[in-house]
Amino acid sequence: MNNALKTLTNGILKENPTFGLVLGMCPTLATTTSAINGMSMGLATMFVLICSNVVISLLKNLIPDKVRIPAFIVVIATFVTIVQLVMQAYVPTIYATLGLFIPLIVVNCIVLGRAEAFAAKNSVGLSALDGIGMGLGFTLSLTLIGAVREFLGTGHMFNLPIVNESYGMLIFVLAPGAFIVLAYLMALIQKGMKK
Amino acid sequence: MIYFLIFISAILVNNIVLSQFLGICPFLGVSKKINTALGMGAAVTFVLTLATVVTYLLNLLLVKWEVEFLQTILFILVIAALVQMIEIVLKKISPSLYQALGVFLPLITTNCCLLGVAILVANGTYKLPIVNGVVTEPTLLTGVLFALATAIGFSLALVLFAGLREQLSLNKIPKAMQGTPIALLTAGLLAMAFMGFSGVV
Amino acid sequence: MKKLASTFPNMVISLTVITIVAATALAGVYMLTKTQIEDQANQTKIEAQAAVLNGQEGQAIEVEADGFGGKMRVMVGLAADGTILGYEILEHSETPGLGDKAAVWFKDTKKPNQNIIGRKAGNLTVSKDGGEVDAITAATISSRAFLKAINSAAAQVEGCSGATQVDGCAEATTKVETEDHHE
Repeated sequence: MNNALKTLTNGILKENPTFGLVLGMCPTLATTTSAINGMSMGLATMFVLICSNVVISLLKNLIPDKVRIPAFIVVIATFVTIVQLVMQAYVPTIYATLGLFIPLIVVNCIVLGRAEAFAAKNSVGLSALDGIGMGLGFTLSLTLIGAVREFLGTGHMFNLPIVNESYGMLIFVLAPGAFIVLAYLMALIQKGMKK
Repeated sequence: MIYFLIFISAILVNNIVLSQFLGICPFLGVSKKINTALGMGAAVTFVLTLATVVTYLLNLLLVKWEVEFLQTILFILVIAALVQMIEIVLKKISPSLYQALGVFLPLITTNCCLLGVAILVANGTYKLPIVNGVVTEPTLLTGVLFALATAIGFSLALVLFAGLREQLSLNKIPKAMQGTPIALLTAGLLAMAFMGFSGVV
Repeated sequence: MKKLASTFPNMVISLTVITIVAATALAGVYMLTKTQIEDQANQTKIEAQAAVLNGQEGQAIEVEADGFGGKMRVMVGLAADGTILGYEILEHSETPGLGDKAAVWFKDTKKPNQNIIGRKAGNLTVSKDGGEVDAITAATISSRAFLKAINSAAAQVEGCSGATQVDGCAEATTKVETEDHHE
């Protein structure tokens, strides 16, 4: 039980994909123009992460070692395409906003990284928990970055007005703001962790 | 003129790293020295241009057989196979080039630049310049030029950034900012500088 | 269970089986979502047509112009005399926070200088170019493109005058502009 809890919280805190492992930077920077966008991207990635972890853990004894990477990629790409199709069908506006970054979940280092480092060695249950933990960690980080950028850039948070829009510093919604907000959040978290 | 504008647009205005956020991992990871940045840039330029042509042609088949939903899975496999093949061929025919680019090749498969540009070009959804109010139609030629220009833009960002970081490593940096945070901050300022090009094309 | 050894037949068989299962699963999901995806696209169009007409008599016309970031597709509702009843932006690649404000900027009835609803389409220009419509702050190029799209809608209405079937006319004009994009 203790082990299960540890696996679950590992991804959220200690090995947080964004702030701890510094993986999956492209979607982290590109899709966090608002809290909602960041969260949607995080949830899409989380779905792929959980499914691919479970399936790869199930198949781990059936895949010969030398072809494991291509086999993992096929499994991951399948779930990514399922996410693509389902999002197109039911949430087309969000799909249009996230655009290219949905198919690019395939090359998100977190997904392949967890398949290789965790799911290929552990039981199905633990792999699912690892997927949930890592996915949640990623979603929380992206939502946080998105919320900060949205607030600084437009004065809104989760589309709700907090302060007047004219106080918004647009640069934070644009490309440079992504780098700058992530830099300071990461520095703050590094400082907090040390203590 | 159109072809020239494709280059200006993809290298400066819509730089793949600094404004489109593709290929951030190698940008942050392999950019501590100018030499390695140049090597990585060259390897990406070569693979990206080739991969774009191959995936563009394969996509025509996918569209013909109405199985476009296999695009993601096919493209990533083709790119992975292509990188492997280039590695083997380079080793055989040009050991010196292999020495220079070899170490970067395995890293390229998971560079989202590749898959990203391949998808953009195959679907014809990349930005093409507007000349006299007419949007250029996407073709194989514009796609290849776009891929080449994108790769050059990637290399430019990588080399510029490596130069900045070489200088940066000589400075004292507050403890919490060391490592990735200061690199991201620098990238942010570089992105701001590149924003100055917006509206040129 | 013991792990499969990396012999050549094992590798080929396992990769082939995984790929076949994956492709079959995808084909299944594709079939299941296909109609829904098509419905969504039509639904958006129908909703936009209803929204731009706002319950009044007129035509819903789809037009496009080149904005700051790329193509901008707008659905405009025009009365027979060219009065703008409403508009919806269907697709754009304008800068978030700047040009993308066009979605609401030009129909803000509280700000008459920027509101275009109720004005006559045809010769609308931004105040910077001597016109009467205030451009979006810091996004003049997007604003010009938007007004150009609106004006071209008016030109189409004139070209289409006499057409009784609203949709038929709109369809015919949009086809020329959007269909060739994929070729």
